[in-house]
Amino acid sequence: MAVPKRKMSRSNTRARRSQWKATPATLSTCSKCKAPRLSHQACPSCGAYGERTYAEAIRSDA
Amino acid sequence: MPTPTKGPRLGGGPAHERLILANLATALFEHRRITTTEAKAKRLRPLAERMVTFAKRGDLAARRRVMTVLKDKGVIHVLFTEIAPLVADRQGGYTRITKIGPRKGDNAPMAVIELVLEPLSPKQSTVAEATAATKRASKADKPAAAPVEDAPVEEAPVEEAPASATDEATTEPAEEKAVEADSK
Repeated sequence: MAVPKRKMSRSNTRARRSQWKATPATLSTCSKCKAPRLSHQACPSCGAYGERTYAEAIRSDA
Repeated sequence: MPTPTKGPRLGGGPAHERLILANLATALFEHRRITTTEAKAKRLRPLAERMVTFAKRGDLAARRRVMTVLKDKGVIHVLFTEIAPLVADRQGGYTRITKIGPRKGDNAPMAVIELVLEPLSPKQSTVAEATAATKRASKADKPAAAPVEDAPVEEAPVEEAPASATDEATTEPAEEKAVEADSK
């Protein structure tokens, strides 16, 4: 079984982990209620998707 | 026909997936609109639309094909007698999937899949009429135009060949326009 030959230094570990970055969500604005929402998804604040409304999409905890 | 699904099945295996999809389809035709995960909604869509196509055909053979998937005869009856007439004018696209964001417990992306039961919009029906009309018109034109094109070529030997070529060049774009109008 292959095993690491050397201990990995704290510096190397942290240098690797410094590349773990979150990307900003691509938000758009709801045309009905002007709240931010994700593209191609029903609005989480008013449930609107185009002309239709989806009550299932409304999130109060968000 | 949709592309066969690659990768692992839903649930534990092929039989489990068939059961899951059959139950989802039953629920969809019973309630007209269900909330499920995006992956399940996407797998359900081709199956449900095939069931609607069978329902629109409406004969006993189609009903038996549907009964191999859906096990609830009440739901099959509703599908054949109530849902099929509502989508009679629609040429496919009987379901609609709308994403509604991740679920709270496991952050699974959720979606609403619903039957598209509203009548075709007046715009779509006029577009269909217009394309049918242009198709009829172009069919009427083409037999009339063909002899006119042939006649100069037969009568005029070598000297008018360039002229007939230009005639063809002028007629060709018109035909192309007609073809484009058909495709629209």
